[in-house]
Amino acid sequence: MSAITETLRTPGRLANTVSDWWVITRRNLITYVRKPDLLVFSTIQPVMFVLLFVFVFGGAFELILPANVSYVDFLMAGIFVQTGIFAATQTGVGLADDLQKGIIDRFRSLPMARSAVLAGRTAADTASVALQTVLMLVVAYLVGYRIHTSVWEALLAFGVIVGVGYVFTWVSAFAGLTLKTIEAVQAALFTIVFPFVFVSSAFVPPETFPSWLQPIAQNNPVTIWVNLVRVLTLGDLVTESSSKLFSDVPSLWTLLWQSAAWMAGFLAFFYAMGIRAYRRT
Amino acid sequence: MTDPAIVVESLAKRFGKVEALRGVDLQVPPSTVLGLLGPNGAGKTTTVRVLTTLLSPDEGRATVAGYDVVKQAEELRHVIGLAGQNAAVDENLTGLENLEMVGRLYHVPAAEAKRRGREILERFELADAADRVAKTYSGGMRRRLDLGASLVGKPSVLFLDEPTTGLDPRGRLEMWDIIRDLVTEGTTLLLTTQYLDEADRLADKIAVIDGGRVIAEGTSDELKARVGGEMLALRVADRSRAGEAAGAVLGLGPGGGNVDNNTGEINVPVGTDGTAILTEAVRRLDTEGIKLADVGLRRPTLDDVFLALTGHAAEEADGEQPSEDGGRSKRRDRKKEKV
Repeated sequence: MSAITETLRTPGRLANTVSDWWVITRRNLITYVRKPDLLVFSTIQPVMFVLLFVFVFGGAFELILPANVSYVDFLMAGIFVQTGIFAATQTGVGLADDLQKGIIDRFRSLPMARSAVLAGRTAADTASVALQTVLMLVVAYLVGYRIHTSVWEALLAFGVIVGVGYVFTWVSAFAGLTLKTIEAVQAALFTIVFPFVFVSSAFVPPETFPSWLQPIAQNNPVTIWVNLVRVLTLGDLVTESSSKLFSDVPSLWTLLWQSAAWMAGFLAFFYAMGIRAYRRT
Repeated sequence: MTDPAIVVESLAKRFGKVEALRGVDLQVPPSTVLGLLGPNGAGKTTTVRVLTTLLSPDEGRATVAGYDVVKQAEELRHVIGLAGQNAAVDENLTGLENLEMVGRLYHVPAAEAKRRGREILERFELADAADRVAKTYSGGMRRRLDLGASLVGKPSVLFLDEPTTGLDPRGRLEMWDIIRDLVTEGTTLLLTTQYLDEADRLADKIAVIDGGRVIAEGTSDELKARVGGEMLALRVADRSRAGEAAGAVLGLGPGGGNVDNNTGEINVPVGTDGTAILTEAVRRLDTEGIKLADVGLRRPTLDDVFLALTGHAAEEADGEQPSEDGGRSKRRDRKKEKV
């Protein structure tokens, strides 16, 4: 008996872990396909955001933005990052659902990698973030959004958006395993995520905020990520702008390392917390 | 000859102030069935969760198939199967996909996982539903699929936590057949149940658990013997006179007994003097002018055992007056000798 277990364990350990990750990712991707309502509603929401912001606030913003920057071009960087963060809520909701249905208990009784349930879930939900980003891009394009940089910069921007989404699936996973009910996860995440996203450069330049709020907004990682996506999609329109609105935006390289550092920090912390919560559930 | 498949020694677990387990000891020989019997909150599920590595114990130790539940949790998971109370299948996957997924997570190669999945679906009469999503399954089908999932890894020790709770009578009978088949194949099984007849039918040995402790252990017959021989069971025609009738007959036996004022049923342990006591009881009640709807001698059921051991019926979580509750699931017509 133990001889069999040994052969199962030692040589193919990494292979088994990868296989476990894939099996769970696949399971969660199938759920997306079988429950299209999930995908429909998670895409309607960001699309609605694009349309509301552009048509409701657009007119007012044209007055303060530099003449060569349209509000939709300014806004989309914020919407993309915000969608990545909001979409990640699904991870915690899905895990809470699995917990309530007893599926997590089954997984925990199986000889699978302890990381697989979370890694597979976050990977599948990140795929959904990528898909939502592409869909929104199409809608935004229809209402006048244009990327002003090269394909490579645009692809890097896409990577940043999906990367932020991935980081937040881990935040959400931790919330799901800790709070354990769908309702609590949703309530908690929205309470935290809303101010986090709104007190940033996502929708409105922080220069227009009251002075006590400005330092918070400027040091909010969401501001750094949004600014990075903005520079990567608008290029010179931001970096060469003489407008006061963009005077606080640092150089591309500064934004790159700051973004990467924040993402790595969040990921490391919530990955560890998530796995810990999974072991203890 | 062989080491026990499951060994549990002085297992304790508390959740905050609640002591869920207060020193549980168990031993299950290989290829046998242990029925862990007790009311809700007795500690059955907690015991199973410790043995399947879902919870770590606060005190004591336990091994399954020779592996320590704490120190060798990973090795242990290779050789166990668990089917829980709430049919943990993925509703959005088909029956076959569910089994394949679990097989893959036991690190069975893909083709083999599929083959085992089909075999299990066939055997549990789910073959026709193999490619339907589990959401469309009935409660009984889901439960069978859940049980199937626990078998994909060909475990040597299987844990079934209340496998028939919530099933309709037909679903229960089907489940019993399936479980009996498993047992003949040599799997060691630990089964929890709050149904006395279930433990009676499926288990080789029964451990009665109450308040986080094993309070009695033995075969069904051994446990029944502890009540003290046969039981005189009678039912008065006029329920309002049940108390009066009980007063007349309860003293006839060596002690104990109970009366249910709702049904008018009275049970009296009679040791080996059954016939004499029965005659005397009928005579006394006749003198008092109390009419009987039914009277007879029967072998004790596990209900009687539970009542005798714990002072409360199996389905009552907390003991009420022992003389007030008679156990609702009493099977009046089994093993009864009509007079």
